[in-house]
Amino acid sequence: MNDFFHMGGYARFVWPSYALTLAIVVLNIVWARRSLARASEEARRRMPIQSAPP
Amino acid sequence: MAWTWFHRLASPPHVYGLAARLTPWFGWPAAVLILAGLYGGLVLAPPDYQQGDGFRIIYVHAPSAWMSLMVYVTLAISAAVGLIWRMKIAHAVAASCAPIGASFTLAALVTGSLWGRPMWGTYWEWDPRLTSELILLFLYLGYMALRSAIDDVQRADRASALLAVVGVVNVPIIHYSVLWWNSLHQAPSVMKLAKPEMPAAMLLPLLMMLAGFTLFFVSLLLVRLRGEILRRERTASWIREALTG
Repeated sequence: MNDFFHMGGYARFVWPSYALTLAIVVLNIVWARRSLARASEEARRRMPIQSAPP
Repeated sequence: MAWTWFHRLASPPHVYGLAARLTPWFGWPAAVLILAGLYGGLVLAPPDYQQGDGFRIIYVHAPSAWMSLMVYVTLAISAAVGLIWRMKIAHAVAASCAPIGASFTLAALVTGSLWGRPMWGTYWEWDPRLTSELILLFLYLGYMALRSAIDDVQRADRASALLAVVGVVNVPIIHYSVLWWNSLHQAPSVMKLAKPEMPAAMLLPLLMMLAGFTLFFVSLLLVRLRGEILRRERTASWIREALTG
């Protein structure tokens, strides 16, 4: 297991690369969802109040 | 001929609903492929005979670099379609691509830098491949800055689309830079399917990561596209049904 984390001496290059890519993957999910949530919230706010059916 | 499916791609309510339904069909396979690719790349693949375990950076670097280019081509084609046929949805697709592409271009640059330090002895060199990839990041950032600087959506669409289409000249420069110039960067080793330069245990996880990232991009694009459509179609009555129904 220690060997795995040691990465043959390249640990300080390999793990930061994976950590950064993972962070960007996760952030993209968060950003995309937030962008959609904001747009729906804004669209909802702009909706005219529905008038009662005649 | 049933061309209606094609014409419906220009209809915001249809695309909004389609995007919502399709998202999990891309997102979950992406997650499975990426997890399998990570396991294959970090655990199953043997160390490289020259680079040892350092070569494993390829499993995050190459997919990020692939995303940076593939997303830009998607953006530029959508922008061109939007310009030529004045299709709002196409502009919405282009606008949705930009933040995704920019973030993965940054990932490609930083992971490349972390790979370059042990293998080339430097984090950065003004090498053709590295420089053209950095220009790609600036293209994405310029595209986003231009969009946010123009309040009118239609004018922002057209101006930014023009920038995106002109910027596409950078894509073949990035791709062929390692062949045209004497570059530090290695030549492509995946695209030579006739004579692959990697054993299957190394290549398969890489192909899984590339496919997984591509599907992940589509799922992100579908989510962002719905937001873009809502922002553009604020007054349309179908939105009420889409949001409340």
